[in-house]
Amino acid sequence: MNNMEKEQKVHKKLTIKQIINENYKTKTFFFNEKIDIKPGQFIMLWLPAIDEKPFTLSYKKPAAVTVELKGNFTKELFKLKKGDNLFYRGPFGDGFTASAKKAVVVAGGMGLAGVSLLIENLKKSKVIFGAKQKRDLFFKNRFDMDICTDDGSIGYKGFATDKLRKLLKEEKYDIIYTCGPEIMMKKVFDIAEKYKIKCEASLERFMRCGIGICGSCACGDKLVCKDGPVFNSDNLRKMNDFGRYTRLKNGRKASLQEYHKGRS
Amino acid sequence: MIDLSTSIAGVKLKNPTILSSGILGTSPELIKRAFENNAGAATIKSIGPKLRDGNNNPSVINFGHGLLNAVGLPGPGYKNMDVEFNELSKIKDPVIWSIYGSKIEDFVNITKYIIKYKPKIIELNISCPNKENGMLFSQDKKSAANVTRSVKEVAEKTIIIPKLSPNVANISEIAYACEKAGADAINAINTVQGMVINIDAKKPVLYYKKGGMSGPAIRPIAVRCVYDIYENVKIPIIGTGGITNGRDAIEMIQAGASAVGIGSAVYYHGINVFGNIVNEIKEWMQENSYNSIKEIIGIAHE
Ligand SMILES: Cc1cc2nc3c(=O)[nH]c(=O)nc-3n(C[C@H](O)[C@H](O)[C@H](O)COP(=O)(O)O)c2cc1C
Ligand code: FES
Repeated sequence: MNNMEKEQKVHKKLTIKQIINENYKTKTFFFNEKIDIKPGQFIMLWLPAIDEKPFTLSYKKPAAVTVELKGNFTKELFKLKKGDNLFYRGPFGDGFTASAKKAVVVAGGMGLAGVSLLIENLKKSKVIFGAKQKRDLFFKNRFDMDICTDDGSIGYKGFATDKLRKLLKEEKYDIIYTCGPEIMMKKVFDIAEKYKIKCEASLERFMRCGIGICGSCACGDKLVCKDGPVFNSDNLRKMNDFGRYTRLKNGRKASLQEYHKGRS
Repeated sequence: MIDLSTSIAGVKLKNPTILSSGILGTSPELIKRAFENNAGAATIKSIGPKLRDGNNNPSVINFGHGLLNAVGLPGPGYKNMDVEFNELSKIKDPVIWSIYGSKIEDFVNITKYIIKYKPKIIELNISCPNKENGMLFSQDKKSAANVTRSVKEVAEKTIIIPKLSPNVANISEIAYACEKAGADAINAINTVQGMVINIDAKKPVLYYKKGGMSGPAIRPIAVRCVYDIYENVKIPIIGTGGITNGRDAIEMIQAGASAVGIGSAVYYHGINVFGNIVNEIKEWMQENSYNSIKEIIGIAHE
Protein backbone atom coordinates (compact mmCIF):
# COMPACT_ATOMS: atom_id res chain seq x y z
CA MET A 1 0.00 0.00 0.00
CA ASN A 2 1.43 3.40 -0.88
CA ASN A 3 1.34 6.39 1.42
CA MET A 4 -1.52 8.08 -0.28
CA GLU A 5 -3.91 5.19 0.16
CA LYS A 6 -2.88 4.95 3.78
CA GLU A 7 -3.68 8.59 4.36
CA GLN A 8 -7.06 8.43 2.74
CA LYS A 9 -8.32 5.78 5.12
CA VAL A 10 -10.02 8.11 7.55
CA HIS A 11 -11.49 5.48 9.84
CA LYS A 12 -10.03 2.05 10.44
CA LYS A 13 -12.19 -0.99 10.97
CA LEU A 14 -12.49 -2.80 14.29
CA THR A 15 -14.05 -6.20 14.87
CA ILE A 16 -15.52 -7.11 18.25
CA LYS A 17 -13.72 -10.14 19.66
CA GLN A 18 -15.44 -10.38 23.02
CA ILE A 19 -17.84 -8.42 25.22
CA ILE A 20 -17.63 -8.55 29.01
CA ASN A 21 -20.27 -7.26 31.42
CA GLU A 22 -18.41 -5.27 34.08
CA ASN A 23 -21.47 -4.20 36.06
CA TYR A 24 -25.16 -3.41 35.55
CA LYS A 25 -24.40 -0.51 33.20
CA THR A 26 -20.83 -1.08 32.03
CA LYS A 27 -19.37 -3.33 29.35
CA THR A 28 -15.89 -3.89 27.98
CA PHE A 29 -15.60 -4.42 24.22
CA PHE A 30 -12.44 -6.24 23.13
CA PHE A 31 -11.31 -5.92 19.51
CA ASN A 32 -9.30 -8.18 17.24
CA GLU A 33 -7.15 -5.28 16.11
CA LYS A 34 -4.12 -3.68 17.72
CA ILE A 35 -4.13 0.05 18.42
CA ASP A 36 -0.87 1.78 19.19
CA ILE A 37 -1.78 4.25 21.92
CA LYS A 38 -0.18 5.91 24.94
CA PRO A 39 -1.97 6.04 28.31
CA GLY A 40 -4.20 9.11 28.35
CA GLN A 41 -4.55 9.45 24.59
CA PHE A 42 -7.94 8.83 23.00
CA ILE A 43 -9.55 7.52 19.83
CA MET A 44 -12.73 8.67 18.10
CA LEU A 45 -15.03 5.67 17.88
CA TRP A 46 -17.45 5.77 14.96
CA LEU A 47 -20.76 3.98 14.60
CA PRO A 48 -21.64 4.69 10.95
CA ALA A 49 -24.70 6.91 10.48
CA ILE A 50 -25.09 7.23 14.27
CA ASP A 51 -22.32 9.28 15.87
CA GLU A 52 -18.64 9.42 16.76
CA LYS A 53 -17.31 9.92 20.31
CA PRO A 54 -13.95 10.05 22.07
CA PHE A 55 -12.86 7.07 24.19
CA THR A 56 -9.70 6.02 25.94
CA LEU A 57 -8.61 2.40 25.69
CA SER A 58 -8.97 0.36 28.87
CA TYR A 59 -6.81 -2.50 27.55
CA LYS A 60 -4.10 -2.43 24.93
CA LYS A 61 -3.44 -6.05 23.99
CA PRO A 62 -5.99 -6.77 22.72
CA ALA A 63 -7.42 -3.28 22.45
CA ALA A 64 -10.60 -2.64 24.40
CA VAL A 65 -12.89 0.16 25.51
CA THR A 66 -14.89 0.07 28.72
CA VAL A 67 -18.15 1.93 28.33
CA GLU A 68 -20.99 3.03 30.57
CA LEU A 69 -24.51 3.11 29.13
CA LYS A 70 -25.29 6.80 29.01
CA GLY A 71 -26.83 8.25 25.87
CA ASN A 72 -27.77 7.40 22.31
CA PHE A 73 -24.26 6.47 21.18
CA THR A 74 -23.67 3.99 24.00
CA LYS A 75 -27.18 2.59 23.58
CA GLU A 76 -26.33 1.74 19.96
CA LEU A 77 -22.88 0.45 20.92
CA PHE A 78 -24.46 -1.89 23.50
CA LYS A 79 -26.54 -3.49 20.73
CA LEU A 80 -23.39 -4.77 18.99
CA LYS A 81 -22.35 -8.42 19.23
CA LYS A 82 -19.21 -10.45 18.85
CA GLY A 83 -18.01 -10.27 15.23
CA ASP A 84 -19.69 -6.91 14.54
CA ASN A 85 -17.69 -4.04 13.12
CA LEU A 86 -17.16 -0.48 14.15
CA PHE A 87 -14.58 2.12 13.19
CA TYR A 88 -12.11 4.53 14.73
CA ARG A 89 -9.65 7.28 13.94
CA GLY A 90 -6.77 8.34 16.12
CA PRO A 91 -5.10 8.07 18.54
CA PHE A 92 -5.18 11.76 19.37
CA GLY A 93 -3.96 14.08 22.10
CA ASP A 94 -1.23 14.06 24.69
CA GLY A 95 -1.21 11.38 27.35
CA PHE A 96 0.15 11.04 30.86
CA THR A 97 3.86 11.31 31.59
CA ALA A 98 4.72 7.95 33.08
CA SER A 99 8.19 8.66 34.39
CA ALA A 100 7.18 9.25 38.00
CA LYS A 101 8.78 7.36 40.84
CA LYS A 102 6.00 7.03 43.35
CA ALA A 103 2.50 7.81 42.17
CA VAL A 104 -1.05 7.95 43.42
CA VAL A 105 -3.85 7.46 40.93
CA VAL A 106 -7.23 8.85 41.93
CA ALA A 107 -10.03 7.54 39.71
CA GLY A 108 -13.69 8.42 40.01
CA GLY A 109 -16.36 6.20 38.43
CA MET A 110 -15.76 5.60 34.72
CA GLY A 111 -12.53 7.57 35.07
CA LEU A 112 -10.94 4.28 36.07
CA ALA A 113 -11.14 3.13 32.44
CA GLY A 114 -9.22 6.26 31.49
CA VAL A 115 -6.26 5.45 33.74
CA SER A 116 -6.17 1.66 33.29
CA LEU A 117 -3.31 1.69 30.79
CA LEU A 118 -1.47 4.18 32.97
CA ILE A 119 -1.81 1.99 36.07
CA GLU A 120 -0.43 -0.95 34.10
CA ASN A 121 2.55 1.16 33.04
CA LEU A 122 3.40 2.47 36.50
CA LYS A 123 5.92 0.47 38.44
CA LYS A 124 4.96 1.64 41.89
CA SER A 125 1.58 3.16 42.45
CA LYS A 126 -1.30 3.45 44.83
CA VAL A 127 -4.76 3.46 43.30
CA ILE A 128 -7.77 5.10 44.93
CA PHE A 129 -11.08 4.35 43.25
CA GLY A 130 -14.19 6.27 44.23
CA ALA A 131 -17.68 5.20 43.21
CA LYS A 132 -21.22 5.99 44.30
CA GLN A 133 -21.95 2.50 45.56
CA LYS A 134 -20.89 -1.13 45.37
CA ARG A 135 -22.83 -1.88 42.20
CA ASP A 136 -20.84 0.79 40.29
CA LEU A 137 -17.52 -1.00 40.78
CA PHE A 138 -15.55 -2.66 38.00
CA PHE A 139 -11.98 -3.93 37.50
CA LYS A 140 -12.05 -5.01 41.17
CA ASN A 141 -10.03 -8.12 40.40
CA ARG A 142 -7.82 -6.43 37.86
CA PHE A 143 -6.21 -3.81 40.09
CA ASP A 144 -5.23 -3.61 43.73
CA MET A 145 -7.22 -0.52 44.77
CA ASP A 146 -8.38 1.40 47.82
CA ILE A 147 -12.10 1.44 47.15
CA CYS A 148 -14.29 4.27 48.45
CA THR A 149 -18.05 4.49 48.11
CA ASP A 150 -20.30 7.41 48.92
CA ASP A 151 -22.67 5.15 50.87
CA GLY A 152 -20.06 2.80 52.34
CA SER A 153 -21.66 -0.23 50.65
CA ILE A 154 -18.12 -1.47 50.09
CA GLY A 155 -14.69 -0.23 51.14
CA TYR A 156 -14.10 3.11 52.79
CA LYS A 157 -17.23 5.21 53.33
CA GLY A 158 -16.54 8.62 51.88
CA PHE A 159 -15.01 10.40 48.91
CA ALA A 160 -11.84 9.39 47.13
CA THR A 161 -10.51 12.83 47.99
CA ASP A 162 -10.91 12.15 51.74
CA LYS A 163 -8.91 8.98 51.29
CA LEU A 164 -6.27 10.89 49.32
CA ARG A 165 -5.86 13.46 52.10
CA LYS A 166 -5.36 10.65 54.63
CA LEU A 167 -2.81 8.96 52.46
CA LEU A 168 -0.77 12.12 51.88
CA LYS A 169 -0.64 12.80 55.60
CA GLU A 170 1.01 9.42 56.11
CA GLU A 171 3.27 9.09 53.10
CA LYS A 172 5.14 11.14 50.50
CA TYR A 173 4.35 10.78 46.80
CA ASP A 174 5.94 12.26 43.66
CA ILE A 175 2.86 12.70 41.51
CA ILE A 176 -0.91 12.40 41.53
CA TYR A 177 -2.76 11.28 38.42
CA THR A 178 -6.49 11.74 38.25
CA CYS A 179 -9.40 10.92 35.95
CA GLY A 180 -13.09 11.14 36.71
CA PRO A 181 -15.79 13.73 37.33
CA GLU A 182 -14.19 17.16 36.94
CA ILE A 183 -15.44 18.41 40.29
CA MET A 184 -13.55 15.54 41.93
CA MET A 185 -10.44 16.21 39.85
CA LYS A 186 -10.50 19.86 40.86
CA LYS A 187 -10.52 18.79 44.51
CA VAL A 188 -7.67 16.38 43.84
CA PHE A 189 -5.72 19.18 42.17
CA ASP A 190 -6.34 21.55 45.10
CA ILE A 191 -5.06 18.88 47.49
CA ALA A 192 -2.01 18.31 45.27
CA GLU A 193 -1.28 22.05 45.34
CA LYS A 194 -1.58 22.15 49.10
CA TYR A 195 0.87 19.28 49.49
CA LYS A 196 3.05 20.69 46.68
CA ILE A 197 2.82 17.52 44.62
CA LYS A 198 2.70 17.49 40.83
CA CYS A 199 -0.66 16.58 39.37
CA GLU A 200 -1.92 15.42 35.98
CA ALA A 201 -5.62 15.38 35.21
CA SER A 202 -7.41 13.93 32.19
CA LEU A 203 -10.16 16.31 31.12
CA GLU A 204 -13.30 15.67 29.14
CA ARG A 205 -15.14 18.10 26.86
CA PHE A 206 -17.61 17.71 24.04
CA MET A 207 -15.53 16.98 20.93
CA ARG A 208 -16.07 17.20 17.22
CA CYS A 209 -12.84 17.22 15.23
CA GLY A 210 -10.51 15.71 17.82
CA ILE A 211 -7.64 17.38 15.94
CA GLY A 212 -7.53 20.88 17.34
CA ILE A 213 -9.40 23.07 14.90
CA CYS A 214 -13.13 23.28 15.59
CA GLY A 215 -12.88 24.75 19.09
CA SER A 216 -15.74 22.62 20.50
CA CYS A 217 -13.58 21.28 23.30
CA ALA A 218 -12.28 24.66 24.50
CA CYS A 219 -11.42 24.98 28.18
CA GLY A 220 -10.34 28.60 28.48
CA ASP A 221 -7.75 29.09 25.75
CA LYS A 222 -6.80 25.42 25.75
CA LEU A 223 -8.15 22.70 23.48
CA VAL A 224 -8.80 19.50 25.38
CA CYS A 225 -8.36 17.31 22.27
CA LYS A 226 -5.04 18.81 21.20
CA ASP A 227 -3.38 20.54 24.16
CA GLY A 228 -4.69 17.74 26.41
CA PRO A 229 -6.68 15.72 27.27
CA VAL A 230 -4.10 15.32 30.04
CA PHE A 231 -3.03 18.60 31.63
CA ASN A 232 -0.33 19.12 34.23
CA SER A 233 -0.33 21.43 37.24
CA ASP A 234 1.24 24.35 35.35
CA ASN A 235 -1.65 24.32 32.90
CA LEU A 236 -4.38 23.49 35.40
CA ARG A 237 -3.36 26.44 37.55
CA LYS A 238 -4.07 28.81 34.64
CA MET A 239 -7.26 27.17 33.43
CA ASN A 240 -10.05 29.19 35.00
CA ASP A 241 -12.76 26.94 33.57
CA PHE A 242 -11.25 23.79 35.10
CA GLY A 243 -13.59 22.44 37.75
CA ARG A 244 -16.18 25.12 37.03
CA TYR A 245 -17.41 25.34 33.45
CA THR A 246 -17.82 23.02 30.52
CA ARG A 247 -19.13 23.60 27.02
CA LEU A 248 -22.25 21.97 25.62
CA LYS A 249 -22.70 20.59 22.10
CA ASN A 250 -24.26 23.91 21.09
CA GLY A 251 -21.18 25.76 22.32
CA ARG A 252 -22.86 27.35 25.32
CA LYS A 253 -20.74 27.55 28.44
CA ALA A 254 -22.44 25.78 31.35
CA SER A 255 -21.49 25.17 34.95
CA LEU A 256 -20.42 21.60 35.73
CA GLN A 257 -23.36 21.27 38.11
CA GLU A 258 -25.82 22.08 35.34
CA TYR A 259 -23.98 19.75 32.97
CA HIS A 260 -24.14 16.76 35.33
CA LYS A 261 -27.78 17.40 36.14
CA GLY A 262 -28.59 17.32 32.43
CA ARG A 263 -26.89 13.96 31.97
CA SER A 264 -28.03 11.83 34.84
CA MET B 1 12.46 47.81 6.50
CA ILE B 2 9.85 45.40 5.24
CA ASP B 3 6.29 46.51 5.91
CA LEU B 4 4.03 43.52 6.44
CA SER B 5 0.97 45.53 7.33
CA THR B 6 -2.07 45.63 5.15
CA SER B 7 -5.55 47.03 5.43
CA ILE B 8 -9.10 45.94 4.85
CA ALA B 9 -11.35 48.88 4.05
CA GLY B 10 -9.43 51.15 6.39
CA VAL B 11 -8.90 48.66 9.20
CA LYS B 12 -5.18 48.16 9.64
CA LEU B 13 -3.73 44.64 10.12
CA LYS B 14 -0.16 44.26 11.36
CA ASN B 15 0.24 41.39 8.92
CA PRO B 16 -2.02 39.81 6.28
CA THR B 17 -2.90 36.58 8.14
CA ILE B 18 -6.47 36.21 9.41
CA LEU B 19 -7.82 33.33 11.48
CA SER B 20 -10.83 32.08 9.47
CA SER B 21 -14.29 31.62 10.90
CA GLY B 22 -15.08 28.24 12.49
CA ILE B 23 -11.47 27.53 13.34
CA LEU B 24 -10.84 27.80 17.10
CA GLY B 25 -12.98 30.94 17.36
CA THR B 26 -15.54 29.51 19.77
CA SER B 27 -14.34 31.56 22.73
CA PRO B 28 -12.78 34.98 23.31
CA GLU B 29 -9.85 33.24 25.00
CA LEU B 30 -9.05 31.32 21.81
CA ILE B 31 -9.34 34.49 19.73
CA LYS B 32 -6.80 36.09 22.07
CA ARG B 33 -4.56 33.06 21.69
CA ALA B 34 -4.60 33.54 17.90
CA PHE B 35 -3.44 37.15 18.37
CA GLU B 36 -0.76 36.07 20.85
CA ASN B 37 0.41 33.75 18.10
CA ASN B 38 0.76 36.54 15.55
CA ALA B 39 -2.55 36.50 13.65
CA GLY B 40 -3.13 39.87 11.97
CA ALA B 41 -6.87 39.54 12.55
CA ALA B 42 -9.13 36.81 13.91
CA THR B 43 -12.65 35.78 13.01
CA ILE B 44 -15.09 34.32 15.52
CA LYS B 45 -17.10 31.17 14.84
CA SER B 46 -20.20 32.31 12.94
CA ILE B 47 -22.99 33.28 15.31
CA GLY B 48 -26.59 32.74 14.41
CA PRO B 49 -30.15 33.61 15.30
CA LYS B 50 -30.87 30.70 17.63
CA LEU B 51 -29.32 28.08 19.88
CA ARG B 52 -28.23 25.22 17.64
CA ASP B 53 -26.57 21.88 18.35
CA GLY B 54 -25.06 21.48 14.90
CA ASN B 55 -24.71 18.06 13.32
CA ASN B 56 -23.74 14.77 14.91
CA ASN B 57 -20.23 13.41 14.41
CA PRO B 58 -18.23 12.72 12.38
CA SER B 59 -18.44 16.39 11.57
CA VAL B 60 -14.78 17.13 10.79
CA ILE B 61 -12.34 14.68 9.22
CA ASN B 62 -8.99 14.68 7.47
CA PHE B 63 -9.46 12.84 4.18
CA GLY B 64 -5.82 12.93 3.15
CA HIS B 65 -5.68 16.01 0.92
CA GLY B 66 -7.61 18.37 3.09
CA LEU B 67 -10.41 18.44 5.60
CA LEU B 68 -14.09 17.76 5.10
CA ASN B 69 -16.51 19.25 7.60
CA ALA B 70 -20.19 19.47 8.28
CA VAL B 71 -20.15 20.99 11.72
CA GLY B 72 -23.51 22.59 10.99
CA LEU B 73 -23.12 25.96 12.70
CA PRO B 74 -23.61 25.04 16.36
CA GLY B 75 -23.80 27.97 18.71
CA PRO B 76 -25.65 29.45 21.64
CA GLY B 77 -27.43 32.04 19.46
CA TYR B 78 -26.64 35.76 19.59
CA LYS B 79 -28.97 36.51 22.48
CA ASN B 80 -27.08 34.15 24.79
CA MET B 81 -23.63 35.54 24.16
CA ASP B 82 -23.35 38.86 25.97
CA VAL B 83 -20.54 37.62 28.19
CA GLU B 84 -18.52 36.55 25.16
CA PHE B 85 -19.36 39.72 23.20
CA ASN B 86 -18.25 41.84 26.08
CA GLU B 87 -14.89 40.06 26.20
CA LEU B 88 -14.49 40.30 22.43
CA SER B 89 -15.20 44.04 22.47
CA LYS B 90 -12.25 44.57 24.83
CA ILE B 91 -9.75 43.06 22.40
CA LYS B 92 -7.65 45.79 20.74
CA ASP B 93 -6.57 43.74 17.71
CA PRO B 94 -9.02 43.50 14.81
CA VAL B 95 -11.68 40.91 15.57
CA ILE B 96 -13.99 39.94 12.71
CA TRP B 97 -17.51 39.09 13.88
CA SER B 98 -18.96 36.41 11.62
CA ILE B 99 -22.74 36.03 11.51
CA TYR B 100 -25.15 33.77 9.65
CA GLY B 101 -28.89 33.47 9.23
CA SER B 102 -31.51 31.77 7.15
CA LYS B 103 -33.50 34.95 6.49
CA ILE B 104 -32.39 38.50 5.74
CA GLU B 105 -34.06 39.52 9.00
CA ASP B 106 -31.69 37.23 10.92
CA PHE B 107 -28.66 39.05 9.52
CA VAL B 108 -30.27 42.41 10.22
CA ASN B 109 -31.34 41.55 13.77
CA ILE B 110 -27.98 40.09 14.72
CA THR B 111 -26.18 43.11 13.28
CA LYS B 112 -28.45 45.50 15.19
CA TYR B 113 -27.80 43.55 18.38
CA ILE B 114 -24.03 43.25 18.14
CA ILE B 115 -23.47 46.76 16.88
CA LYS B 116 -23.60 48.06 20.46
CA TYR B 117 -20.38 46.14 21.14
CA LYS B 118 -18.75 48.24 18.42
CA PRO B 119 -17.28 45.49 16.25
CA LYS B 120 -14.82 46.85 13.68
CA ILE B 121 -15.73 44.28 11.07
CA ILE B 122 -18.77 42.05 10.50
CA GLU B 123 -18.48 39.15 8.09
CA LEU B 124 -21.63 37.73 6.53
CA ASN B 125 -21.41 33.97 6.28
CA ILE B 126 -23.80 33.45 3.39
CA SER B 127 -21.87 30.45 2.17
CA CYS B 128 -22.09 27.57 4.64
CA PRO B 129 -22.85 24.33 2.79
CA ASN B 130 -23.54 22.35 5.96
CA LYS B 131 -26.91 23.61 6.97
CA GLU B 132 -30.24 23.74 5.23
CA ASN B 133 -30.29 27.00 3.24
CA GLY B 134 -26.80 27.89 4.50
CA MET B 135 -25.73 28.95 1.03
CA LEU B 136 -29.05 30.51 0.07
CA PHE B 137 -27.73 34.06 -0.12
CA SER B 138 -24.54 33.28 -1.99
CA GLN B 139 -26.21 31.43 -4.85
CA ASP B 140 -27.19 34.42 -6.95
CA LYS B 141 -26.35 38.09 -7.39
CA LYS B 142 -29.69 39.40 -6.23
CA SER B 143 -29.82 37.57 -2.91
CA ALA B 144 -26.20 38.34 -2.08
CA ALA B 145 -26.77 42.01 -2.86
CA ASN B 146 -30.02 42.14 -0.87
CA VAL B 147 -28.52 40.75 2.29
CA THR B 148 -25.48 42.99 1.97
CA ARG B 149 -27.61 46.11 1.43
CA SER B 150 -29.96 45.29 4.30
CA VAL B 151 -27.10 44.79 6.72
CA LYS B 152 -25.29 47.93 5.54
CA GLU B 153 -28.40 49.95 6.32
CA VAL B 154 -28.21 49.07 10.01
CA ALA B 155 -24.46 48.58 10.38
CA GLU B 156 -23.59 52.22 11.06
CA LYS B 157 -19.86 52.53 10.45
CA THR B 158 -18.98 48.86 10.75
CA ILE B 159 -17.10 47.31 7.84
CA ILE B 160 -19.27 44.66 6.15
CA ILE B 161 -17.67 41.70 4.37
CA PRO B 162 -19.82 39.08 2.64
CA LYS B 163 -18.11 35.70 2.52
CA LEU B 164 -18.76 33.97 -0.76
CA SER B 165 -19.21 30.39 -1.80
CA PRO B 166 -17.18 28.73 -4.56
CA ASN B 167 -20.13 26.42 -5.24
CA VAL B 168 -21.53 28.75 -7.93
CA ALA B 169 -20.94 29.41 -11.62
CA ASN B 170 -20.26 33.15 -11.38
CA ILE B 171 -18.52 34.13 -8.17
CA SER B 172 -17.05 37.33 -9.61
CA GLU B 173 -20.49 38.60 -10.67
CA ILE B 174 -21.80 37.89 -7.18
CA ALA B 175 -18.86 39.78 -5.72
CA TYR B 176 -19.58 42.70 -8.05
CA ALA B 177 -23.23 42.74 -6.97
CA CYS B 178 -22.12 42.82 -3.32
CA GLU B 179 -19.79 45.73 -4.05
CA LYS B 180 -22.62 47.66 -5.67
CA ALA B 181 -24.81 46.89 -2.63
CA GLY B 182 -22.27 48.53 -0.35
CA ALA B 183 -19.92 45.71 0.73
CA ASP B 184 -16.65 47.12 2.06
CA ALA B 185 -14.65 44.01 1.17
CA ILE B 186 -15.17 40.42 0.01
CA ASN B 187 -14.02 37.19 1.61
CA ALA B 188 -13.59 34.26 -0.78
CA ILE B 189 -13.93 31.38 -0.34
CA ASN B 190 -15.94 29.27 2.05
CA THR B 191 -15.68 25.49 1.72
CA VAL B 192 -16.19 23.48 -1.47
CA GLN B 193 -18.97 20.90 -1.36
CA GLY B 194 -17.78 17.33 -1.19
CA MET B 195 -18.35 13.84 0.14
CA VAL B 196 -16.24 10.94 1.36
CA ILE B 197 -17.56 7.39 1.67
CA ASN B 198 -15.94 4.75 3.83
CA ILE B 199 -16.07 1.71 1.57
CA ASP B 200 -15.81 -0.76 4.46
CA ALA B 201 -18.68 0.85 6.33
CA LYS B 202 -20.45 1.46 3.03
CA LYS B 203 -21.61 4.81 4.35
CA PRO B 204 -20.72 8.46 3.92
CA VAL B 205 -18.23 9.29 6.65
CA LEU B 206 -19.86 12.54 7.73
CA TYR B 207 -23.08 12.19 9.67
CA TYR B 208 -24.49 14.98 7.48
CA LYS B 209 -23.27 12.89 4.53
CA LYS B 210 -22.15 15.91 2.48
CA GLY B 211 -19.71 18.49 3.71
CA GLY B 212 -17.38 21.31 2.83
CA MET B 213 -13.81 20.70 1.73
CA SER B 214 -10.99 22.91 2.95
CA GLY B 215 -7.22 22.77 3.12
CA PRO B 216 -4.61 22.08 0.41
CA ALA B 217 -7.07 20.34 -1.93
CA ILE B 218 -9.04 23.54 -2.55
CA ARG B 219 -6.20 26.06 -2.95
CA PRO B 220 -6.33 26.26 -6.77
CA ILE B 221 -10.10 26.73 -6.58
CA ALA B 222 -9.68 29.58 -4.10
CA VAL B 223 -6.90 31.22 -6.12
CA ARG B 224 -9.04 31.11 -9.25
CA CYS B 225 -11.99 32.65 -7.41
CA VAL B 226 -9.90 35.47 -5.97
CA TYR B 227 -8.26 36.09 -9.35
CA ASP B 228 -11.66 36.43 -11.04
CA ILE B 229 -13.11 38.60 -8.31
CA TYR B 230 -10.11 40.94 -8.42
CA GLU B 231 -10.80 41.60 -12.09
CA ASN B 232 -14.38 42.56 -11.29
CA VAL B 233 -14.31 44.62 -8.08
CA LYS B 234 -12.36 47.50 -6.55
CA ILE B 235 -12.95 46.66 -2.88
CA PRO B 236 -10.32 44.63 -1.02
CA ILE B 237 -10.46 40.83 -0.97
CA ILE B 238 -9.64 38.42 1.83
CA GLY B 239 -8.33 35.34 0.04
CA THR B 240 -9.21 32.16 1.91
CA GLY B 241 -8.77 28.51 1.02
CA GLY B 242 -5.94 26.04 1.29
CA ILE B 243 -3.19 28.34 2.47
CA THR B 244 -0.71 26.50 4.66
CA ASN B 245 2.56 28.40 4.18
CA GLY B 246 4.07 31.72 3.15
CA ARG B 247 4.34 30.83 -0.52
CA ASP B 248 0.63 29.94 -0.62
CA ALA B 249 -0.17 33.25 1.04
CA ILE B 250 1.90 35.20 -1.49
CA GLU B 251 0.22 33.32 -4.34
CA MET B 252 -3.17 34.43 -3.02
CA ILE B 253 -1.97 38.01 -2.61
CA GLN B 254 -0.62 38.01 -6.17
CA ALA B 255 -4.05 36.81 -7.31
CA GLY B 256 -5.51 39.92 -5.70
CA ALA B 257 -6.01 39.35 -2.00
CA SER B 258 -5.19 42.15 0.46
CA ALA B 259 -5.15 39.64 3.32
CA VAL B 260 -5.38 35.88 3.65
CA GLY B 261 -7.70 33.64 5.66
CA ILE B 262 -6.04 30.77 7.49
CA GLY B 263 -8.23 27.85 8.55
CA SER B 264 -7.25 24.22 8.06
CA ALA B 265 -3.56 25.11 8.28
CA VAL B 266 -4.09 25.37 12.04
CA TYR B 267 -4.58 21.61 11.93
CA TYR B 268 -1.54 20.98 9.75
CA HIS B 269 0.88 23.24 11.63
CA GLY B 270 -0.72 24.17 14.94
CA ILE B 271 -1.43 27.68 16.10
CA ASN B 272 2.19 28.69 15.32
CA VAL B 273 1.13 28.75 11.70
CA PHE B 274 0.52 32.51 11.72
CA GLY B 275 4.03 33.33 12.85
CA ASN B 276 5.49 30.83 10.39
CA ILE B 277 3.56 32.23 7.45
CA VAL B 278 4.49 35.80 8.37
CA ASN B 279 8.19 34.86 8.50
CA GLU B 280 8.02 33.04 5.21
CA ILE B 281 6.28 36.01 3.54
CA LYS B 282 8.99 38.28 4.88
CA GLU B 283 11.78 36.04 3.56
CA TRP B 284 10.22 35.91 0.13
CA MET B 285 9.83 39.68 0.06
CA GLN B 286 13.45 40.12 1.08
CA GLU B 287 14.68 37.77 -1.64
CA ASN B 288 12.53 39.50 -4.21
CA SER B 289 13.19 43.06 -3.07
CA TYR B 290 9.68 44.06 -2.07
CA ASN B 291 9.20 46.47 0.83
CA SER B 292 5.47 46.36 1.28
CA ILE B 293 2.67 43.83 0.97
CA LYS B 294 0.75 46.42 -1.01
CA GLU B 295 3.28 46.13 -3.85
CA ILE B 296 2.38 42.48 -4.35
CA ILE B 297 -1.41 42.61 -4.30
CA GLY B 298 -2.76 41.53 -7.67
CA ILE B 299 0.60 41.54 -9.49
CA ALA B 300 -0.24 38.27 -11.25
CA HIS B 301 -2.73 40.28 -13.29
CA GLU B 302 -0.16 42.64 -14.76
C1 LIG C 1 -14.23 22.88 10.93
C2 LIG C 1 -14.56 24.07 10.08
C3 LIG C 1 -15.57 24.94 10.49
C4 LIG C 1 -15.89 26.06 9.74
N1 LIG C 1 -16.86 26.90 10.18
C5 LIG C 1 -17.11 28.05 9.50
C6 LIG C 1 -18.03 29.01 9.99
O1 LIG C 1 -18.63 28.86 11.06
N2 LIG C 1 -18.23 30.13 9.26
C7 LIG C 1 -17.57 30.37 8.09
O2 LIG C 1 -17.78 31.42 7.49
N3 LIG C 1 -16.69 29.48 7.61
C8 LIG C 1 -16.44 28.33 8.28
N4 LIG C 1 -15.51 27.43 7.79
C9 LIG C 1 -14.82 27.74 6.53
C10 LIG C 1 -13.47 28.41 6.78
O3 LIG C 1 -13.61 29.64 7.43
C11 LIG C 1 -12.70 28.61 5.47
O4 LIG C 1 -13.44 29.47 4.64
C12 LIG C 1 -12.44 27.31 4.72
O5 LIG C 1 -12.08 26.31 5.64
C13 LIG C 1 -11.34 27.43 3.68
O6 LIG C 1 -10.11 27.83 4.26
P1 LIG C 1 -8.93 26.79 4.67
O7 LIG C 1 -8.66 25.95 3.47
O8 LIG C 1 -7.79 27.65 5.08
O9 LIG C 1 -9.46 25.98 5.78
C14 LIG C 1 -15.19 26.31 8.54
C15 LIG C 1 -14.18 25.44 8.14
C16 LIG C 1 -13.84 24.32 8.88
C17 LIG C 1 -12.74 23.42 8.42
S1 FES D 1 -12.68 18.75 19.29
FE1 FES D 1 -12.27 20.19 17.73
S2 FES D 1 -10.79 21.45 18.66
FE2 FES D 1 -11.01 19.85 20.06
